[in-house]
Amino acid sequence: MIREFSLNDLVFLLEALRWTVLLALVAAVGGGLLGLLVAILRTLAFRPANWLALSYINLVQGTPLLGQLFVFFFGLPLLGVNVDAWVAASISLSIYASAFLGEIWRGSLQSVSSRQWEAGASLGLTYMQRLTHVILPQAIRISIAPTVGFLVQLVKNTSLAALIGFVELTRASQIITAATFAPLTVYGIAAVLYFVVCFSLSQLSQRLERKYHAPR
Amino acid sequence: MNYNFKFSALWPYMPEILSGVILTLQLASVAMLFGLAIGLAVAIGRVSSRPAIRMAARVYVEAIRNTPLLVQLFIVFFGLPSLGLRLGANTAAVIALSINLGAYSAEILRAGFESVRVGQVEAGRSLGLTAAQTFRHVVLFPAIKAIYPALASQFVLLMLTTSVVSSIGVTELFGQAAFIDSRTYRSFEVYTLITLSYLVFTLGFRALFSAIYWAVFVRRSHR
Amino acid sequence: MPLVDLADVHKSFGAVPVLKGISLTLEKGEIVAVIGRSGSGKSTMLRCINGLELVQSGRIVVDGIELTAPGADLNALRARAGMVFQSYNLFPHLSVERNVMLALKLVRKMSTEDARSLAHAMVAKVGLADKLSAFPDELSGGQQQRVAIARSLAMQPTLMLFDEITSALDPELVGEVLRVLESVAEEGMTMMLVTHEMNFARNVADRVIFMHEGRIHEDGPARETLSAPRTDELKSFLSAVLH
Repeated sequence: MIREFSLNDLVFLLEALRWTVLLALVAAVGGGLLGLLVAILRTLAFRPANWLALSYINLVQGTPLLGQLFVFFFGLPLLGVNVDAWVAASISLSIYASAFLGEIWRGSLQSVSSRQWEAGASLGLTYMQRLTHVILPQAIRISIAPTVGFLVQLVKNTSLAALIGFVELTRASQIITAATFAPLTVYGIAAVLYFVVCFSLSQLSQRLERKYHAPR
Repeated sequence: MNYNFKFSALWPYMPEILSGVILTLQLASVAMLFGLAIGLAVAIGRVSSRPAIRMAARVYVEAIRNTPLLVQLFIVFFGLPSLGLRLGANTAAVIALSINLGAYSAEILRAGFESVRVGQVEAGRSLGLTAAQTFRHVVLFPAIKAIYPALASQFVLLMLTTSVVSSIGVTELFGQAAFIDSRTYRSFEVYTLITLSYLVFTLGFRALFSAIYWAVFVRRSHR
Repeated sequence: MPLVDLADVHKSFGAVPVLKGISLTLEKGEIVAVIGRSGSGKSTMLRCINGLELVQSGRIVVDGIELTAPGADLNALRARAGMVFQSYNLFPHLSVERNVMLALKLVRKMSTEDARSLAHAMVAKVGLADKLSAFPDELSGGQQQRVAIARSLAMQPTLMLFDEITSALDPELVGEVLRVLESVAEEGMTMMLVTHEMNFARNVADRVIFMHEGRIHEDGPARETLSAPRTDELKSFLSAVLH
């Protein structure tokens, strides 16, 4: 039974967009926490920790995200964890985000000149004081713009959760397309909605880049 | 956990996996080629003297970079037929991947152009180099050297991204996973092995590309 | 007891020896200029005295703290031995006032009010009272270096180490920094400066140390050493920098 594309369908898409945004947020928070750990392990003066973090990053960045989604979707139930698509998508997108955020943050941390460590040391600041009062405030400023920029990738990549059946914007578009058979309209609207979210984030990232480009 | 893992169930499907690998590499190579061509045109468009062309190039780049590839793919494969343009899955995949890559490579190429400054060209000419020599040694070679690492990692990324086109029925490597899954009901084993097999290609290509970089750019500049 | 005491200090970066047996003492109130070609080890020696570089062998004692002893409290030493760098190394995310206050609060454990008033006094001393709320990137190189000096002086160190602090400055900005150094010298501060400013060394320093290939080649009163060098190496160095 094929029907016309209606206002109700638009509402359905907007509601699905909420799940897209929510999934991206969950992955950003989960990936942020895990990414912090990755960045720390990567910068620690302990070779095995560096090696472990690097292998993790290579594994995540060297395989397709779609594959990771399927592995978690089918793998977690085997561990006795009863998961729906939402949980599998949240976990695998968090892991995906952690590898990228970890690298962004490591880069920011290491881009603060070693002379800043020395300047702190020469004033008698302890290691922790140098880290928290001198290095981190600068590293955080440097990392803000690329972190927001990565959120664009994250929002776009939530669309892959559609392929394990999680009803976010892309999956909702597939459902409505099947009912209305107006693929160009439906996917066009979906594209516009993604664009509004992602373009806003991109612009924000660029503005932050300009704002924090000066070292201060 | 009382599940019996049976990775050996995949063994009979080696021919399918192999043909999937070949199609994946073909898709990535062809899309890279077309994507670079589109990217070059767009990068030139972005510095055009005509505002309309500059604007069009910018809209293209922003539109592509701020929407998911999956939606772009669906628009090409499911949307275009309603305009009377019916495409096979493989063709639609190549088109969507090329258009997608075009936007990213345009930005990479633009950065490459900007890395060569006017002063260097003038320096080249003032040393008595001909225009052709200046272009080759002062403009082209350094520009390619500057963008090579970004293009190399873009290719690896593209190869991983091709997995997405399995969703419209293309039987590249990830598409074969779905096929084998439907025959064996060994979803976890199938997807784990197929996913990990991409890692082999990622690491292989990275090694290959850095070997090429070393041979072409590093060794040469030390001679 | 001398304020600084180095005994047969050896230091190498990988296989490259940089300091090949340095022995020297520095009394309280002395002003020593360290001169020599780049690569002669003068900056490395200064950095060793502040514990920024570890040495392979030898003994370094600064203000009663033996740096080379295992488990030495380097932070306590550094709070007493101020160091100013060639590249200023101000904290770019902090205003001038906060740059000076940071270590006063964290290391000296001063209250915010006390730290602020001391910071104001020190910044005024280097002539930048109007720049308290400015950020480092809003200052000229000379101004940044003066803030860096104020930041170290505020810690009320017993010893100040200056590592080529005018080398990165435009020529017209060197004078203002040297004037600040002179006023610090007049107050009786013990100072050790690595410098290329021979006139400054001659007029302000009590003593000159000439380093050559990782060793102290000449060590004597500033004026005599500079006007009547005893070794050919110092002669050729001086004729190279003065002409």
